[in-house]
Amino acid sequence: MRRVNVYAPILVLGLLSTGFAVVSVVAGSLTGPKRYNRARLDAYECGIEPTPQPVGGGRFPVKYYLTAMLFIIFDIEIIFLYPWAVAFDSLGLFGLVEMVLFIVTVFVAYAYVWRRGGLDWD
Amino acid sequence: MSVHTLGRLPLAYQPAGTFGTDPWWLVVLKAVGIFVFLVVMTLLAIWWERRVVARMQHRIGPNRVGPQGLLQSLADGIKLALKEDIVPRAADKVVFVLAPVLAAVPAFMAYAVMPFGPQVSIFGHRTMLQLTDLPVAVLYVIAVTSIGVYGIVLAGWSSGSTYPLLGALRSSAQVISYEIAMGLSFVAVFLFAGSMSTSQIVNQQTNLWFAIPLLPSFLIYATAMVGETNRAPFDLPEAEGELVGGFHTEYSSLKFALFFLAEYINMVTVSTLATTLFLGGWRAPWPLSLVGVDPAHPEGLLNTGWWPVLWFIAKINIFIFVFIWLRGTLPRLRYDQFMRIGWKILIPVSLLWILAVAAIRALTLDITLDRRTLFVWVGGVLAVVFVVSLAWDTLAERRGAAGAQDVPAAGFDPMAGGYPVPPLPGQSLPAYADLAVSPVSARAGSAEPDGTRDPVEGDDA
Repeated sequence: MRRVNVYAPILVLGLLSTGFAVVSVVAGSLTGPKRYNRARLDAYECGIEPTPQPVGGGRFPVKYYLTAMLFIIFDIEIIFLYPWAVAFDSLGLFGLVEMVLFIVTVFVAYAYVWRRGGLDWD
Repeated sequence: MSVHTLGRLPLAYQPAGTFGTDPWWLVVLKAVGIFVFLVVMTLLAIWWERRVVARMQHRIGPNRVGPQGLLQSLADGIKLALKEDIVPRAADKVVFVLAPVLAAVPAFMAYAVMPFGPQVSIFGHRTMLQLTDLPVAVLYVIAVTSIGVYGIVLAGWSSGSTYPLLGALRSSAQVISYEIAMGLSFVAVFLFAGSMSTSQIVNQQTNLWFAIPLLPSFLIYATAMVGETNRAPFDLPEAEGELVGGFHTEYSSLKFALFFLAEYINMVTVSTLATTLFLGGWRAPWPLSLVGVDPAHPEGLLNTGWWPVLWFIAKINIFIFVFIWLRGTLPRLRYDQFMRIGWKILIPVSLLWILAVAAIRALTLDITLDRRTLFVWVGGVLAVVFVVSLAWDTLAERRGAAGAQDVPAAGFDPMAGGYPVPPLPGQSLPAYADLAVSPVSARAGSAEPDGTRDPVEGDDA
């Protein structure tokens, strides 16, 4: 029972802010003027004819994909570090040695990516 | 409980104080309070930013609407509401409308676990000045704020336009890159506090703010939080010269206002997190914290009741001022420089620092050593290393730029050494005229095959 009550206030704040955001989006379409203009509904490209966009956004550099992959690796490392840090004092030297082994293992991959130029953005 | 006097921390991951026992009306009251606080902070921060940047640029800034222009942001908001709400023809309509909601809601929700102060009395109820707290409060904040990235990505993707798509990609790559450094900088704090609960972390900073022993973590966090909120000098997703407005180029009216609101609330949130984790949260700064301390009141006068809200808001506003200051001072970084700082400096430095902190702590738990001195020294050394590495990069770049300028100064050759247009018969290359005083062109000349030498050069040889 107590556990539920700790999380319930988050839900209250979430409902409150969702209500505000939805009301704002709806209100914005009601309060403003509506005058049809063909050019205004075009994609904005500083006044020139918009570049035709393929459905789904088209291609973009593979660099972003690589960044996302690397992010996942390090994010998982962080998720392992958090509980370890909280419980560090009861783990003591054992916990330290274990974590050094883990960080070194991930660091090997990191050094490899660095050497292969995966962290360079040209 | 203080950081340096205790040995092993008890497993104190549970929040300090009682949470989850408030009546419903109090929960709703606190939630509305947080909502109003964030909206007012946003309105004030926008005004504050425009006034301060104006002063830095020898302008006056908005001063017409309300006293000192305080109501300017409110007037701007009303004006935005009266503007046409455009949904471009190429847009994915549903996602386009959903994206601003998805950006704004998590920004509000992250504030649910922020401690405004200690226990106070509201209408006769003793309650903590904090909506709620969890054993994993800081993790919750990170989780909720990363949902905001979806709002940005979907806004750019659904606009059906080139600039928003590029802005959204940049923005998401930037936020996830700096989130790693940000997440790593928290580890040392959890190690010291033995908890991820915000109230417990503030509690552990009674005698010593974590920014002092964990200075490198604090600096890394301060850098990462600017990147995380897409603010200058890391405001690449909104680089006007390259991307117009970035991911919100196609948005207008109150949908645009929601993105604006989300950005400023995120600024307030990261500032609050910095305050809570590193600067003692709502605790009074040092000389003031001693006012009224006696055996009956160990917390002192200014750390009880409603006073802490004042320190809390003051500390947040210091961070917001630094945000504005950075924007008024520094030029925008290039994208490759920005990514290099994140991936090649902040991440390895924070990993090394975590290991250093853990090693020192593990060693001093058993061996009696003046841990505070040790930490201040190690922290100082690492902070110096961090600053030197940044300075080294800047200097190396400047040297490179200076070197590039020096090369043509050694002797400008309008005929480019006879390549690609060889000299006409009877014409001589000007580079060889001052051959005796210019060793650079002499070396270049001697390296050339004999066939291309002109008569003047041949005579000298």
